[in-house]
Amino acid sequence: MPDATLSCLTLLGAWAVIGLVGLARPGDVRLVARFLFPLGAFVGAALALVALVGAAEPPSQLVLPLGLPDLPFHVRVDALACVFLFLLGSASAGVSLFAAGYFRSGEGTPPGLLCLQYHLFLASMGLVLLADDAYLFMLAWETMALSSYFLVTTQHRLPEIRRAGFLYLLIAHVGAIAILLCFGVLQGGSWQFTFDAMRSAQLEPKSAALAFLLALIGFGAKAGLVPLHVWLPEAHPAAPSPVSALMSGVMLKTALYGLLRVTFDLLGHPVWSWGLAPLALGLFSALYGVVFAAAQTDMKRLLAWSSIENVGILFTGVGLAIVFAGVGMQPLASLALVAVLYHAVNHAFMKSLLFVGTGSVLHATHERNLGKLGGLIRRMPWVAWLTLVGALAIAGLPPLNGFVSEWLLLQAFLSAYQVPKPFVGMLLPLGAALVALAAALAGYVMVKFYGVIFLGQPREPSLENARDADTLERVGLSWLAAGCVVLGLLPRPFIAFLELVPMQLGLIESRTIGGSWWRVVPVMERQAAYAPVVFLFVAALVIALTVLVVRRFYHARARRAAPWDCGFARLDARMQDTAEGFGQPIRHIFQPFFAMRRELPSPFDAAPRYHVTVGDRIWTLAYLPIADLVQRAARAVAWLQQGRIATYLLYSFVTLLLMLGLVL
Amino acid sequence: MSALISWLTQTLEVLAAIAVAPLFSGWIAQCRAWLQNKSAPSIWLPYRAIHKLFHKEAVLAESASPLFRFAPYAVFGSMVCAAAIIPSMGTRLPFSSAADAIALVGLLATARVFVALAAMDVGTAFGTLGARREMMVGFLAEPALLMVIFVASLLSSSTALPAISNALATQPFALYPSLAFTAVAFILVLLAENARIPVDNPATHLELTMIHEAMLLEYSARHLALMEWAAALKLFNYACIGFALFVPWGVATAEAQTPAALVVSLPILAAKLAAAGVGLALIETVSAKLRVFRAPEFLATAFMLAVLGLLVNLLQRASP
Amino acid sequence: MSELPFDLQILNALAALFLLLAFAMLAQRRVVALVNLLAFQGALLCAATLLLAYRTGQTHLYFSALLTLALKVVFLPWLLHRLIRRLGVYWDSEQLINTTGTMLLGLLIVIFAFGLAQPIAALASTATRNAIGIAVAVVLLAFLTMITRRKAMSQVVGFLSMENGLFFGAMSATYGMPMIVELGVALDVLVAMLVLGVFFFQIREQFDSLDLHHLESLKEEQ
Repeated sequence: MPDATLSCLTLLGAWAVIGLVGLARPGDVRLVARFLFPLGAFVGAALALVALVGAAEPPSQLVLPLGLPDLPFHVRVDALACVFLFLLGSASAGVSLFAAGYFRSGEGTPPGLLCLQYHLFLASMGLVLLADDAYLFMLAWETMALSSYFLVTTQHRLPEIRRAGFLYLLIAHVGAIAILLCFGVLQGGSWQFTFDAMRSAQLEPKSAALAFLLALIGFGAKAGLVPLHVWLPEAHPAAPSPVSALMSGVMLKTALYGLLRVTFDLLGHPVWSWGLAPLALGLFSALYGVVFAAAQTDMKRLLAWSSIENVGILFTGVGLAIVFAGVGMQPLASLALVAVLYHAVNHAFMKSLLFVGTGSVLHATHERNLGKLGGLIRRMPWVAWLTLVGALAIAGLPPLNGFVSEWLLLQAFLSAYQVPKPFVGMLLPLGAALVALAAALAGYVMVKFYGVIFLGQPREPSLENARDADTLERVGLSWLAAGCVVLGLLPRPFIAFLELVPMQLGLIESRTIGGSWWRVVPVMERQAAYAPVVFLFVAALVIALTVLVVRRFYHARARRAAPWDCGFARLDARMQDTAEGFGQPIRHIFQPFFAMRRELPSPFDAAPRYHVTVGDRIWTLAYLPIADLVQRAARAVAWLQQGRIATYLLYSFVTLLLMLGLVL
Repeated sequence: MSALISWLTQTLEVLAAIAVAPLFSGWIAQCRAWLQNKSAPSIWLPYRAIHKLFHKEAVLAESASPLFRFAPYAVFGSMVCAAAIIPSMGTRLPFSSAADAIALVGLLATARVFVALAAMDVGTAFGTLGARREMMVGFLAEPALLMVIFVASLLSSSTALPAISNALATQPFALYPSLAFTAVAFILVLLAENARIPVDNPATHLELTMIHEAMLLEYSARHLALMEWAAALKLFNYACIGFALFVPWGVATAEAQTPAALVVSLPILAAKLAAAGVGLALIETVSAKLRVFRAPEFLATAFMLAVLGLLVNLLQRASP
Repeated sequence: MSELPFDLQILNALAALFLLLAFAMLAQRRVVALVNLLAFQGALLCAATLLLAYRTGQTHLYFSALLTLALKVVFLPWLLHRLIRRLGVYWDSEQLINTTGTMLLGLLIVIFAFGLAQPIAALASTATRNAIGIAVAVVLLAFLTMITRRKAMSQVVGFLSMENGLFFGAMSATYGMPMIVELGVALDVLVAMLVLGVFFFQIREQFDSLDLHHLESLKEEQ
């Protein structure tokens, strides 16, 4: 049915039109903020709705009259694309509403231009999800990278932001080259670059493995998988907060979409041993990301490293799904795939919520450094309470949504010991323990994040002037928080939507995850179940009863006084934990991960200073030597540039002689 | 009729947990005093303390936010919900179809996060110190606990606690070395999570050595009473989880859940709790408190033991 | 697993305990405790041999158990304790990698050994063939103990533990080695202990310490 494809294309076109309207009136803040961005949010919500409805239909295709003469644009909507379109539409709706209240003039780029870049970014991400041939895919991928580059360098007058943008673009292109090569291998000799041709191409095992490896490298670079992650902690903090939210929440997931598309759709039947690479890399990324997040002192860098952790968990799930699919345990592969997709949607909502929350904090206080924040829950109650929902969700606490996807993933891991390969069956349960460790550390990181920013005493006197978020920002925050709550309380209907993906990909014939609208039963024979509505209801009942009983039998009197602190009278804001202090146990326990530089004060200093910088070892061990090598190679080649005309003429002369000798 | 019995079991279990938890703490304190040759306080002392605290007027810090006031109720609520999931008297529980053992671990994590956030709320040095240390112990204990549950679930291939209990209770008695290893690992996690020696001294007055107590310094009156009760409930719950996973005999199994079986299970539970109290007091008396940064090694040992139990189980599965 | 006869269950439990002891030796820093763990390991071996002798009715296993008791539970630990008292080495606190890392490495080795042993176990024909994986794991763990230690005494304990593991493996795979081989191995171990005892005194006289770090100076100057 071409309806779903046409509707999606129309909506993406609407985004592009909105962007162009913004371009026509670059300096008009009111038009952009009050009209264009909310309209973009509405388009996003419509896209999510179309995707929800269209997933149950069989895949529909369309050929557009654009593109190269013998390779027009092919567009296709199937269940996998619908899930990610839903993610794009719903998360971007919330972020666009927030951005409507956020963008003001004087940030380096005129608002109209920002509107164009933003909506072009959204439209190109949608086009990546819809593409059904390699040309359109790469075109949309490049547009996505370029538009996000311009968004990252919004405040291009600052040198560190320009540097972050350069690093981002560099690694994005390294990934793009790998993806292009992957498509080159996938076409398998037919030289037809449509995905349909790739689906029907019969590849040799070695070529298929090469294609998978290239896809892993290419899409892993875009997703921020260790060791290709170095751009993420630079680029995401450099961008304005709504853009960071979109990049962390949605763009990283398009990379996941690409890997899933190549592995399960284009390559068809994955070999079980392929799954070990994303599994190992994913587990390492998860641990690496969360350990570094615990050591950060800048709130947006902390969230960026937390994104690396969640990308690691996603890739772990993908690896697990591939292993299960390869050994023939299809229902478990389907469960792992559903867990991955659920976690992707969850993370889009949770991370976007956290990033836009930090955006509000940044606007109110102009501080990104955790050491200059604190106590904002009293000044900014809306932002604080809504961000609390996001923080608790990412920490994986029931009954919110982060717990559901982690629970599903752990249930899939629990059956991993049945895999009939010798060492894998024993190593996979250890993977479950590592996922649990990463999840527990995420709780640690979120307590640090929320506690240092919103709780405690203000660490700077200027924080007294912090204003709460305005209406549009509040609406955006509430939309995302509501998404977290709904996804947490009603997992089964959403799983019904997600299960269409493994069904359409041919992994399973009919639904294997049971339960009713309020209860999930992942593996029918087993008796494990989860019903978050009941959970919440019972907890709320108990809490209400406790409050009532205490008030009835005792009393509810309270009075205010100075903090007790064991009788220490002169308490001030500098005595609470700093971000470095809260992260110190992690730095101590996981010391081999970090390259730390410390400045310790001596007892004889007139103005003692303590300074610690936490660096990434992968940067010094891998990237700097490669950069050095490239520089040296470039210098060697630069020898050719002698500067004398006679030498250049000599080069032409020698080339002419050689060609005459070869041809004649 | 059987549905009525299950609801009855469920309610009884929750009420018993709320009522008996402070008694359990009192009993452990008494055993400790006996072992140290001191005269023991009354075992009803925790009840009197809670009653006294409820009467007092709450004194809140000027900078305390609504989160600070709400946290004790949230923590108490989580612990009661946890008590509803654990099969201490019968294994056919209606609430167990809403949450399994992993959700239980998540519930305990929720309580921990709320306590830590409340401790950071007032912005004192000791509160943030306690929060940081509690999260440090917590993030290491959680994977160890999950591994313990995982190994225990291999027997019944289910992660629902009642199903695990039922499977172990209805099978003929056999030696499971993997369960023995996992039991030791569970005891180590119990000591760490409930702030017992050797990880934390529950009776200490030195703030710099505190982990759990430091987070409660700002609470008073009914909030402190609820926090103390929740801590006692947590210990009770952990003990019952241990019984459910490793010594479930005496619990009314799902096939035979009659009122008679329920009545029989009560004194058996009391006996198990008494024995566990003596065992805990013994461990506490014999060990010395670890340095704070030895706690990760302690929990790493628990994790290793659980993984070893898993590997031994996988190896000895295919026996002739 | 509950379908197994009871004595096989006890054997499985003893095997698991054997593995746990090897792990405990990996993490133990007090040398006296190390030797006690070694003695306990010998006692476990003796008990397992007796149980197997009872189950299969092979009388040479009774002699083997007696030999194990005399040598590994009584004589060798006594000798080692005497050496410890005379040399004064009580602690082995310096480590190559920290305790947690060593234990993680040990865990990976156990996984490797278990995976390796599965095809071998399929070939053997005894009732306790699953213990081969544990035996291989104990041998490798004892080797790891020898690598990560600094004091010579701990390395000797590791060597003896390796021998325990080999013995256990032989017993579970083939119901014990021929008596001649066992006597020969026992004699070898005894002689090795006596010679090593003499060596310890020589090393201590030369370097004034039993820290093997000092032996590193025995190489050519470059």
